[in-house]
Amino acid sequence: MSGVDRATRARPEGPLRLALPRGALFESSLDLLDRVGVDTSEPRGEGRSLIFKTPELTLVTMRPSDVPTYVEAGAADLGITGKDVLLEQADRVFYELLDLNYGACRMVLAAPVDDDHLDEYERRLGAIRIATKYKRIAEDFFERTGRRAEVIEVKGSVELAPVSGLADAIVDLVDSGRTLRDNGLEVREEIVECTARLIANRVAHKLRAAEIDDLSARLAEASR
Amino acid sequence: MTHPIPPGSRDILPDEMRELRALQTRLAEVFDRFGYGEVATPTVEYDDVLAMAGEAGAPAAHRFFDSGGDLLAMRSDMTVPIARLVANRFQEAELPLRFFYNARAYRAVRPQRGQMGEFFQAGIELVGADAPGGTVEAIEVLAAALDAAGLGRAVVGLGDASLYRSVLTEVGVPEPGRAKLLNLLAGRDLVGLAAALDRLELSDEDRLLLGALPGLRGGREVFDRARELGADRVAGALDPLEQTFAGVEGRGIGARVALDLGLLRDLGYYTGAILEVYDPALGHVLGGGGRYDELMGRLGKPLPAVGFALFLERLHVAQAEEERLGEGQGS
Repeated sequence: MSGVDRATRARPEGPLRLALPRGALFESSLDLLDRVGVDTSEPRGEGRSLIFKTPELTLVTMRPSDVPTYVEAGAADLGITGKDVLLEQADRVFYELLDLNYGACRMVLAAPVDDDHLDEYERRLGAIRIATKYKRIAEDFFERTGRRAEVIEVKGSVELAPVSGLADAIVDLVDSGRTLRDNGLEVREEIVECTARLIANRVAHKLRAAEIDDLSARLAEASR
Repeated sequence: MTHPIPPGSRDILPDEMRELRALQTRLAEVFDRFGYGEVATPTVEYDDVLAMAGEAGAPAAHRFFDSGGDLLAMRSDMTVPIARLVANRFQEAELPLRFFYNARAYRAVRPQRGQMGEFFQAGIELVGADAPGGTVEAIEVLAAALDAAGLGRAVVGLGDASLYRSVLTEVGVPEPGRAKLLNLLAGRDLVGLAAALDRLELSDEDRLLLGALPGLRGGREVFDRARELGADRVAGALDPLEQTFAGVEGRGIGARVALDLGLLRDLGYYTGAILEVYDPALGHVLGGGGRYDELMGRLGKPLPAVGFALFLERLHVAQAEEERLGEGQGS
């Protein structure tokens, strides 16, 4: 129970607004929409627009990590983003409706291939130093497993941190694992498996229940 | 040179204050018309008294010691202070008791989120009135308050805090699995809920019932759909909600109320009916409430009770937004 969010003005009327993540999940998300009959030719084009209107849905494209922000405030009724983003922003309020089963990747603890002293760092120096873009997920993981870590938040390439001495290990999302290998890192522990999820604004989930349930059922069918 | 104020706090300037005050006055008129009397309670109370709401109550965000070394806390809502007031001052009173308030409450804010740590609430507490009659009265007052605020399109979501729990008990989900499922539902994690149900040993019918029941939302037809799913196997599970909804329909405000069988609120003191308020112009809830039939007992005076609180600042934004939309349609 925390403070009261200031209300966002002007929740849009008209077709449902779906927040779509640009980046790794973008293509698969558009493919999924194709399968439920939404016209995605415009967002697939070369234009610089960020909003695309179709008869059934207004598609709003943004960074994956902004999706929960828009959906919580009601600036979008629905959103698609990765479970990693949802876990990292677990304090936001929204409904998590569907596992869309694509964009699978793993959140892992990775360390330099030749370094087998991780436990020793904690025992002798008080903590393992972890660099990550996912501060909350990393802190929760170490707390849950009863270890002490000093979590250092970085914004760019996390793989650089152990190589340059900023941290002993990293917590990051891996797909094929190639970036890890190229930087002399290997997976030590798996934290959680992440896929794309459909989320809904709390108010839209009630006031536009029938539309959301219908779309959600079709998306569930198409993503099975 | 400017001087900082704490995060989550703010100054209110005349134009906004005038409109907030007007809104408070309109709400007070409605509460007064229904026979509710205004009360004020201390902003700061003893922490252990407020904590009698139980660990699931809204925790106080600001605590400090007085000169005698006692731990004080700033109230996080008005329900617990009014329950305390009833237990202290109305021991022999004729029931039910009807109180309303226009007051500020205080909560912790998360950094960088623009949240309000100090905010106005307007609401009622109806103490000593059983379900369903008391609940129906509270919903009627709530609908009238929303009308008075100019929010003719606002909807009251109505759920039942004990519904899902009793269905879980009936189909034989043991603790601690039950608490875990309820936490997932309260956290609105329907993916996690479905995954947790898949891991339990359940018959196909029970899995379908537990998976689909929390998704049922809408009008009276919700009860039929719940029965189709087999909810009537759980004797009496739907009865309280059906009786409340029938009462609301009897008052002619059935269309203002949206049933929601998955509704659970974060505050743990709710026992039966739960209320949430939505307006199409806003992405956040305007307020909420429900029955808290056990809270008074924890304060030593067992009485059934129901109430709701509206966030005044959000109500104000919704009001301005509805006005703007109305003008747009007129031109």
